[in-house]
Amino acid sequence: MDTFLWGVLPYVALVLLVAGTIWRYRYDKFGWTTRSSQIYESRLLNLASPAFHYGILFVLVGHLMGLFIPESWTNAVGLKERAYHLLSLFGGTAAGVLAVAGIALLLYRRRTNAPVFRATTRNDKLMYAVLLAAVVMGMWAKLTNSSVSEGYDYRETIAPWARSVFTLQPDVSAMAGVPLTFRLHAVIGLLLIALVPFTRLIHMFSAPVQYLFRPYVVYRSRAAGELGSRREKRGWEKVDS
Amino acid sequence: MRVLAQIAMVMNLDKCIGCHTCSVTCKQTWTNRSGMEYVWFNNVETRPGQGYPRRYEDQGRWRGGWELNRRGALRLRSGGRFRSLATIFSNPVLPGIKDYYEPWTYDYKNLTDAPLGDDYPVAEPRSLLTGKPMKIEWGSNWDDNLGGGPESVAADPMVGQAQERARETADRAAAQVRDAFEQTFMFYLPRICEHCLNPACVASCPSGAMYKRTEDGIVLVDQDRCRGWRKCVTGCPYKKVYFNHRTGKAEKCTLCYPRLEVGLPTVCSETCVGRLRYLGVVLYDADKVTQAASTPDEQALYEAQLSVFLDPADPDVRRAAERDGVPHDWIEAARRSPAHALISTYRVALPLHPEYRTLPMVWYVPPLSPVVEALTGTGHDGEDAGNLFGAIDTLRIPLEYLAELFTAGDVGPVRAALERLAAMRSYMRGVNLGDPADPSVPERVGMTEAEVEDMYRLLALAKYEERYVIPTAALGDARRLEEAAVPDGCGLDAPGGPGMLPPGPLPGGGPFGDDSGTYEGLPLVTIENFHASRRRQTADDVPAKPEEDL
Repeated sequence: MDTFLWGVLPYVALVLLVAGTIWRYRYDKFGWTTRSSQIYESRLLNLASPAFHYGILFVLVGHLMGLFIPESWTNAVGLKERAYHLLSLFGGTAAGVLAVAGIALLLYRRRTNAPVFRATTRNDKLMYAVLLAAVVMGMWAKLTNSSVSEGYDYRETIAPWARSVFTLQPDVSAMAGVPLTFRLHAVIGLLLIALVPFTRLIHMFSAPVQYLFRPYVVYRSRAAGELGSRREKRGWEKVDS
Repeated sequence: MRVLAQIAMVMNLDKCIGCHTCSVTCKQTWTNRSGMEYVWFNNVETRPGQGYPRRYEDQGRWRGGWELNRRGALRLRSGGRFRSLATIFSNPVLPGIKDYYEPWTYDYKNLTDAPLGDDYPVAEPRSLLTGKPMKIEWGSNWDDNLGGGPESVAADPMVGQAQERARETADRAAAQVRDAFEQTFMFYLPRICEHCLNPACVASCPSGAMYKRTEDGIVLVDQDRCRGWRKCVTGCPYKKVYFNHRTGKAEKCTLCYPRLEVGLPTVCSETCVGRLRYLGVVLYDADKVTQAASTPDEQALYEAQLSVFLDPADPDVRRAAERDGVPHDWIEAARRSPAHALISTYRVALPLHPEYRTLPMVWYVPPLSPVVEALTGTGHDGEDAGNLFGAIDTLRIPLEYLAELFTAGDVGPVRAALERLAAMRSYMRGVNLGDPADPSVPERVGMTEAEVEDMYRLLALAKYEERYVIPTAALGDARRLEEAAVPDGCGLDAPGGPGMLPPGPLPGGGPFGDDSGTYEGLPLVTIENFHASRRRQTADDVPAKPEEDL
């Protein structure tokens, strides 16, 4: 079981993430969108959406820092375990609370606003369930295993395992003594990673950073072969034919 | 100089009767899909009125278009690039569905399925967003024909702005918008995407999915690249980019490019009952666009935009255009372009809201009609030049109001355009009544008699071929090749030559209908395929004949 969870599942998730994204890009560019519901309701969204997104971005940064920067590196720059723990506890919790509050408000909005709820697909519901579970489980794992004085040092167990996944020598034994809540969070997290290409979460890969560097007005020429009729593309409903 | 070609549209507001045929045919063609129920690529507004979406011209609220920053450089009014990305998770100034209107359908089934009863069954409205019964409270032309009365007029942002400006110049009486019912005024304003030279929607698209085509200047959304960030909806000051709430992508007027590419006018133009739309090529200097759009004085933007346009008769311009890859038939079309004539030659067309600094390319001939009517009503000769010129300043549609729409509040160009229209009416009335032509009338507005007559032909007779001068995309080339494959033949083989049919239609028509057996009326294509030929000869409808001059 351990071998499956910590030696196989991560690779399944990563392969689904990469292959799924490539597949989606090739097959479904038309469906690659945020599917915004702002046109139905703006007031709550203006609060909830930035809260959730900024929160989850900081959470992401925290995860990357915690999992992929070895303890020895932070020690080397003089950031001792205790200081790191406090940073992780307060910074992480603040970001987490922001994200949880945001997603809670977003879910409330989605459920109570009739047009928004009507525009919610089954795919969205599954995605929301896994996303909410991952965020809540993460908060729970962190808060039940920490106090201000000391907390569970995942940088000696989970982080080495996470790095070993990428060196293709998964250190399954490193996850042996990890508290159950952390392990649950990790599994749900892997599930979420696998789901990204197949849900609206895909929009995270189109963060438009290039906007900062391009000229304001875009000119394009008609490509060769754009004249005349062309093969029908996915996404356009046929009308009266 | 970098010459680009742009398909421009001009609408003659004098002729618009507000029938909404353009809107309906456009909707049937382009936006009759779910997710687009509330969308009108073409809509007709009654002015003064709120417009669609409601009060879209209030840029203090909707933050569309461009503004100048402290250094005098162009900046999107909705904020710079960093601000745009920082607010990407929720657009703070996106119009909601209620600002357009909540789309609905009717429960038609009830009409046939209702059980027998004392009451007549009705089809209740059902929201297309929630599926639940709803109260219909607004639509895309709810205040049509001043429906809603004074409240609706007062809600027009341009009315407020005209009064504001009048207060500043202490010229209050002139700008009193007469909203008392006996004295009220209105006219119709059909609107489509402006296909601007400096499009703010394109500039605000973070994904780079929106673009301006170099061949014809049409502004389009690449549906495969759009990621639904909704910034373009805010960026466009005319609110002519719409969010398809089902696909999650932006959509907008395409200027019917599949039709234009084969030389057909847009659906809105083709079906326009009043024949008030003109389509033609305008050549412009792409290098001067940014400079013109950053002209500090808002009221100078109209002249600045005129200076961006190039004269297709100028040999230098033609050479530069050839160099920059503008096809020859496009340059020729630019010479015959009704848009160029009305905008640059006669200067009777004006841009809609130049103060947004987007350099819009759908221009309007301001309405003159009510002044003639009003003058005649007072017992004067409504088309007498002296009376007409004097009356322009006391138009029921106040000049100040038109100026808010077309010239950022500068009355001068509007008055000049109306005076030219008035001169044309007065002069042509004389001609048509057989009076000796009065050259002093055109002179007063700086035109020659020939120019006035040409303008009359374009505006009043408005022949189909003269209203729409549309070079095709590739067909122009293809047809030339096709023609080249056919031997030119003997010059005597023309109608009227020895042994040939006489020119003109045969008496009694040919064996297969009116234009069989004759040369006139045949399409220009040399080689006609079998099916096309059979369809033409056996179709039930009457082939179009050239109209007799009115």
